[in-house]
Amino acid sequence: MNLSPDQVVFWQMGFFKLNATIAYTWALMIVLVLGSKLVTRKLSTQLQRSRWQNLLEIIVTGIKQQVSEVGLQQPEKYIGFLGTLFLFVAMASLFTIIPGYEPPTGSLSTSAALAICVLVAVPLYGIEESGLTEYLRAYMKPTFFMLPFNIISELSRTLALAVRLFGNMMSGTMILAILLTITPFLFPIVMSALGLLTGMVQAYIFSILATVYIAAATRVHKPKIESHKKLLNNDDDN
Amino acid sequence: MLIDWFTVIAQVVNFLILVWLLKHFLYQPILNAIDAREKRIASEIAEADAKKTEAVKERDEFRQKNETFDQQRSAHMNQVMEEAKTERAQLLDAARLESEDLRTRLQAALKNEQHCLNDALSLRACEEVFAIARKVLTELAGTTLEERMTEIFLARLRELNDAEMAGLKSAFLASNSPLLVRTAFELPTEQCAAIEAASKEILGSDKQLKFETAPDLISGIEIIVDGQKIAWSIAGYLASLAKSVDSLLKTPDNLQSKDEIIDIADAAQEIDENRA
Repeated sequence: MNLSPDQVVFWQMGFFKLNATIAYTWALMIVLVLGSKLVTRKLSTQLQRSRWQNLLEIIVTGIKQQVSEVGLQQPEKYIGFLGTLFLFVAMASLFTIIPGYEPPTGSLSTSAALAICVLVAVPLYGIEESGLTEYLRAYMKPTFFMLPFNIISELSRTLALAVRLFGNMMSGTMILAILLTITPFLFPIVMSALGLLTGMVQAYIFSILATVYIAAATRVHKPKIESHKKLLNNDDDN
Repeated sequence: MLIDWFTVIAQVVNFLILVWLLKHFLYQPILNAIDAREKRIASEIAEADAKKTEAVKERDEFRQKNETFDQQRSAHMNQVMEEAKTERAQLLDAARLESEDLRTRLQAALKNEQHCLNDALSLRACEEVFAIARKVLTELAGTTLEERMTEIFLARLRELNDAEMAGLKSAFLASNSPLLVRTAFELPTEQCAAIEAASKEILGSDKQLKFETAPDLISGIEIIVDGQKIAWSIAGYLASLAKSVDSLLKTPDNLQSKDEIIDIADAAQEIDENRA
């Protein structure tokens, strides 16, 4: 029994290999992209629209609303990253209803990759919003001595992100596998349903935490930005 | 080892590709579609608001126009009513005047008719009186009366004033024709001789006299010479009397025919009915 789909290797050539994680990720990507492409190929701007368009609109506007509720001013800017995080994790867990499928998020490599993406994206968005020096100065707040702790915090929360997602997804799959061997009929179904729920919750937690991190990074100098905006508005009025 | 670093790198790349793809195929089109719809709805709402505003404006204008129209109509109606009242009063006055005029004319016509009737009665009475007188005198007339008349005639002839006498004389002398003496009955010879003697005496001429009988004189005698006439006869009296009566009756008055009187009476009655 494999603890991670990484261990199922279909093809390998030196450093390069094609394992189940990558393969299932590709499959997920194909499904997501093709589904989106098919639905958005003929979008209606009228009041009458297709069910699939309605579904996608609900998903996209839901993500956008969540992002803006956390406190990001321009959700359209972050929805590509944060929405894809949520959709990828959610779809990865949703597809567990397909027999023989293993979620790529059940691999620590995948969750680590996603956490690394967040780790990189947070400072990038922060620097974009408030400039490099301002962003770096935030690590030294309230005092210079807090710099190591801030860096440790940054790294540890990334680790926490990765391990939380991996643990939950892996445990769900593992419990299902173990239960299948003990009680083959009823419990796996219940656990599978529970796994779907935890998968959704994990997707939500992962993406919302990433949103909070980005919001925290971009909100470092918010008061100053607001006063600057006020000045700009006054100039416009004049 | 739970972490396979190649897989981590591959998943990072995969994730970034997925981000780009979904951004391109999912978020952007969906958000664009939602924005387009929102814009469309907003524009429709704005259009509806504009239409509503316009409708409210038009409704107000219409209401105002209606009120103005009502006011104008009532003012017009009042004016027309006033005019009609005035016109009615004028027409009634005119009808009253016409009626009074017609009544006056009717009364005048009736009075006239009564007058005419009286005239006709008087004329008829006169004619009857004359006829009776003529008949009585005709029946009474005779030779003795003629004698008496001859005497009276001769007496009158003698009583002529100088101017009349001179005119008669000159006419008698100038005339070639004999002096014509007309009587109702044939005069006896004595009477004729007396007349001849009197003419000689008065006119100073012994011209031949010519005697004629004229029954229409009723009773009397007349001398005619060259257009001049000296006469005394009952017919003459009667004729002058009849002439004076005629002139009395035929005084110029508002003589109107009976038909016209009836017409005026009808018109007056009609006007009275209309007024009632």
